[in-house]
Amino acid sequence: MAECHPVGFQWVMEAKARGTKVFHIDPRFTRTSAMADHHVPIRAGSDIVLLGALINHVLSGGHDFREYVLAYTNAADIVSAEFRDTEDLDGLFSGFDAESRTYDPASWSYEPAEEGEAAPRGGEHAGGGRHHAETARPDQYGSGGATAHPRPRRDETLTHPRCVYQLLKRHFSRYSPEMVEQMCGIPAADFHRLAAAVVAASGREHTTAWVYSVGWTQHTVGVQYIRSAAILQLLLGNMGRPGGGILALRGHASIQGSTDIPTLFNILPGYLPMPKAGVNRGLEEYLAHAATDTGFWGNKRSYLVSLLKSWWGDAATAANDYCYDYLPRLTGDHGTYSTVLGQIDGTVKGYFVVGENPAVGSSGGRTQRLGLAGLEWLVVRDMTLIETATFWRDGPEIETGELRPEDIGTEVFFLPAASHVEKEGTFTQTQRLLQWREKAVEPPGDCRSDLWFYYHLGKRIRQRLADDEIDRPLRDLTWDYPEHGESREPSAEAVLREINGTGPDGRALSSYLDLKADGSTRCGCWIYCGVYADEVNQAARRKPGGEQSLVAPEWGWAWPLNRRMLYNRASADPRGRPWSERKAYVWWDEERGEWTGADVPDFERDKSPDYRPPPGATAQAAISGTDPFIMQADGKGWLFAPSGLGDGPLPAHYEPHESPLPNLLYGQRANPARKIYDRPETPYNPAGSSRFPYVLTTYRLTEHHTAGGMSRTLPYLAELQPEMFCEVSPELAAERGLVNGGWATIVTSRAAIEARVLVSGRVRALRLQGRTIHQVGVPYHWGWAGGGVVTGDAANDLMPIVLDPNVYIQEGKASTCDIRPGRRPTGRALLDLIEEYRRE
Amino acid sequence: MSERMGFFTDTSVCIGCKACEVACKEWNDVPDDGFVFRATSYDNTGALGASTWRHVAFIENGDGWLMSSDVCKHCTDAACLDVCPTGALFRTEFDTVVVQSDVCNGCGYCVPACPYGVIDRREGDGRAWKCTMCYDRLRGGLEPACAKACPTDSIQFGPLDELRERAAARVAGLHAAGRTEARLYGEDPADGVGGDGAFFLLMAEPETYGLPPDPVVTTRDLPAMWRWAAAAALSMVGVTVLATAGRRR
Amino acid sequence: MGAREWAGRWPVLRQLAGQDPRRDAARSARTDALVPRTATADSVARSVCPYCAVGCGQLVYVKDGKVTQIEGDPDSPISRGRLCPKGSASKQLVTRPGRVTEVLYRRPHGTGWERLDLERAMDMIADRVVETRRRTWEQTCEGEQVRRTLGIASLGGATLDNEENYLMKKLYTAMGAVQIENQARI
Repeated sequence: MAECHPVGFQWVMEAKARGTKVFHIDPRFTRTSAMADHHVPIRAGSDIVLLGALINHVLSGGHDFREYVLAYTNAADIVSAEFRDTEDLDGLFSGFDAESRTYDPASWSYEPAEEGEAAPRGGEHAGGGRHHAETARPDQYGSGGATAHPRPRRDETLTHPRCVYQLLKRHFSRYSPEMVEQMCGIPAADFHRLAAAVVAASGREHTTAWVYSVGWTQHTVGVQYIRSAAILQLLLGNMGRPGGGILALRGHASIQGSTDIPTLFNILPGYLPMPKAGVNRGLEEYLAHAATDTGFWGNKRSYLVSLLKSWWGDAATAANDYCYDYLPRLTGDHGTYSTVLGQIDGTVKGYFVVGENPAVGSSGGRTQRLGLAGLEWLVVRDMTLIETATFWRDGPEIETGELRPEDIGTEVFFLPAASHVEKEGTFTQTQRLLQWREKAVEPPGDCRSDLWFYYHLGKRIRQRLADDEIDRPLRDLTWDYPEHGESREPSAEAVLREINGTGPDGRALSSYLDLKADGSTRCGCWIYCGVYADEVNQAARRKPGGEQSLVAPEWGWAWPLNRRMLYNRASADPRGRPWSERKAYVWWDEERGEWTGADVPDFERDKSPDYRPPPGATAQAAISGTDPFIMQADGKGWLFAPSGLGDGPLPAHYEPHESPLPNLLYGQRANPARKIYDRPETPYNPAGSSRFPYVLTTYRLTEHHTAGGMSRTLPYLAELQPEMFCEVSPELAAERGLVNGGWATIVTSRAAIEARVLVSGRVRALRLQGRTIHQVGVPYHWGWAGGGVVTGDAANDLMPIVLDPNVYIQEGKASTCDIRPGRRPTGRALLDLIEEYRRE
Repeated sequence: MSERMGFFTDTSVCIGCKACEVACKEWNDVPDDGFVFRATSYDNTGALGASTWRHVAFIENGDGWLMSSDVCKHCTDAACLDVCPTGALFRTEFDTVVVQSDVCNGCGYCVPACPYGVIDRREGDGRAWKCTMCYDRLRGGLEPACAKACPTDSIQFGPLDELRERAAARVAGLHAAGRTEARLYGEDPADGVGGDGAFFLLMAEPETYGLPPDPVVTTRDLPAMWRWAAAAALSMVGVTVLATAGRRR
Repeated sequence: MGAREWAGRWPVLRQLAGQDPRRDAARSARTDALVPRTATADSVARSVCPYCAVGCGQLVYVKDGKVTQIEGDPDSPISRGRLCPKGSASKQLVTRPGRVTEVLYRRPHGTGWERLDLERAMDMIADRVVETRRRTWEQTCEGEQVRRTLGIASLGGATLDNEENYLMKKLYTAMGAVQIENQARI
């Protein structure tokens, strides 16, 4: 955090000054480690073993926050007798189909409260997720709410062998301190210190927070890493409470916004799923499958219809399902990596790259560049001539002779982009806070905002339309925004207002609760509804922090409805009283009959703790006054996920796809559902290969930003970290003849790159399973050109294309490599070296 | 005259982010200092110099890091100022020591005089440069750029008396917490430079950070220095005026 | 200032005239006139740092249509006026001389860049979108309506504004392009 989010780290330093203990768990020793009370080096790719052992420690020691767990989680829920755990199947859960490498989650479902009880409308619950398995492939996960029976059978004594609590106990029983020592390389004493600290800092009076970044997500089990943390935090009562939570420190100014209002293939704005061919034929069928009917997803019809109305305006009517059929359909994986393979195969002809540099920034750089070379046309919009724009003249494949510029048919348009001070608009930062930026100056020359580009491109496309069915969605599209200035910049504020939505009277809406399913409201992204409440740009609010409470509700605007902490109903006990005075945040005011406190309650303001849903209730009415997790079908925090995940209802440790070690926990070595691409462009290092004996992990430096387009180009940053380097331990340096300040070549099946060497005692060789495991760390900020004042080889060229099955994120944080002294060969000899490694 | 203003750099909370280095350069328009990979941990800056007015050192101590942002000490008894024959170096109303780039003729007397090796002449330019404690910002009531940017308040700016009190309390706190290695550096008016206007809380011996343990003002024994320097400068004045005027065209 | 008048301010002369040689006597006229350039800015825009997702407040000072300083916004409850090295380097990001401000075009099989008028580039891109979309249109896939093109894809960075992402998703979806991706997955 100190390394990549230094200004955010000021709050950790404040907490530390007040006595908070800070543990830094990271394969690498960073600036964060230097400030932490304890640095816990860990083998990259083994975190579920550690988190699982912490869960085991909490369960076996009876350290869970029992009142919280009973009331707010699904610990007491009883799971179907058909369910089989990894304990039964040596690392697999029930429902796995080896041929398709996918799970049928039907057997993971809850047992209904009463035999034969009809499930609420929607049909997914009684079937126990069977329907879900048929309709939702992993490309749908992450959208909508996962379905589950809202009223399963429960055992409040937590003793039923099939209740979630007991399943958890059994599942995690093998995650022991000894296993942590053998798999993570963390000595038992260090584990016990961490476990004791976490337990001591949890409960009524205290909370523990977990903070993570892509070190937890870029794995073939990335989603289950986060699930592990969620289970631990729910058991300890650390969710929805001040000082608790699981905080994703995102790495880009509006990466949160890019998910909320997604430029992602599988979702529509506000996490509504994109429709799928065959199973979402009409609006009704879509809504039946899109999300749960209970909890706030129960209003999905209002959310979607309002979105369709904002896109297709008056053309969207009840009679035509509000133009639902204008939405294109998915047929599986359309993620960025499969898109690149489509470029190589010739199905993808044109490609827009907007403020991104996949030629060095995405895993498998060579595959990315071969994809670019396979295009008919490419549009790159950036502030600098990044490698993605220049691959055809100076890419590594040109240097090795694999490609010649004359043979690359890609037509390339480079359009210079406006900077953040040359346009106005909102970023959504890592805590869901939207902040409006004022425009300071006009962009120079041909530089334009991306808003300008897409608006004017849209206008031009609409001028070129035919009169047929294919073009109707474009013809009917609402595409009329006020223009300003000489360059005819569209009004970002008008777009933000459209995102916020308007009511039947044309006035800006204040809340997503006002959205209607009858076509009378419009809203471009339901979770952002309220950002333009009272016709005021709420994201532009700038009441000084010093003049507000610590929650600072009048600075910017957080979705949803300016709630700064999600699920904060959990900061009070089931009766609505703060768990303790120290940790009071939001509570029920009996006299006034409403929730009150430091924040906007993430709960219906007037829903009493005594409220119990009537039979057959849907949407928020189905959530009782004691259920804080209002987006969930049952309002509970899920220790066990009966649906919604592609690789199991509980986290299980699997080795990275490329790993030097066996899985000591199960016969199943790697995540059985991980997404593998069997392609010659991007081969894999064999698991356990002696040719690639070292763990390879990538990371960032404070002085640089991502693939370097915004930092390598700046002398003031480039001079601080001028060269690509790798970090190795003194032991590995001795083993391989590496010298501090010298050169090393790092080799995988994909590439060989060179880097300067930093030998440091900060890098720890790990002792486990009777051997020493060395880890090689490489920052990924360099590339061969990119308008950089400094250049260097790209770390991502080394990385494999193998993905998490839930969200299709690449395993960039744990793979294997070899390392050798000296610079890499050039030209043909470089290819020969890689070939030599592949053969062996 | 205003109160004496200074820096208290508390290295125990320095996270080594180098915001100070960059904020300084952006404000003062200091050029880059070369793109050299030094293989000295995460420090590719190396040392203070004409084009580096803040320098974050990374000291690898076994399996960890000590990080510290170094800067001109703005000595009470400033040798650089004592030896400057042109009056380019002067003491401001904030009791800071500043080079006036429009006056400096690049004679370089100040360079060897500095007991800390801070001030230096810039290649290609010839004149001497160093931290001004953002004199222009101070005149506008603003804090220096480095102190403002510092994410963890490792660099604190304020009236020197207040900073000394705060520093003493911080050391006491660290000692009470068992961090007995904490000590102040440059805060003592009785030291060889009469105390520094920019002083530090260090977590190891000064030498570990490359700081001289007992800096002494190099001009201590030369009280007459100034009269000599003034006379010498006067004899050069005609030449210098012409040269400076020429540069201004 | 004439040479004679300026020479009268020459520190050495003022020192000889009895002023403290190391204080006021040494001050040049330039020194006396120093003010922070933020004080003379024509305008100040309240902005947000474009690097990581902490969302630090930035104040952007402008003089004569040029950015003269970017520093932390002390009012921000997130950052309290502080910035990291990247945030502190934002002025250079915006003002550096090497920044490309012209449209560049590389024709198929070409070996170099060519200049292209922005309006013309926009027309050419629109032509390609329309043509590619038609050519690769898929009304059905395995008998099911899909109404899309797999011929056009997009990858955006996560420094895009929400408003920009919104127009992108809206236009692409209406166009039938589904391979719309973002750094958010990477």
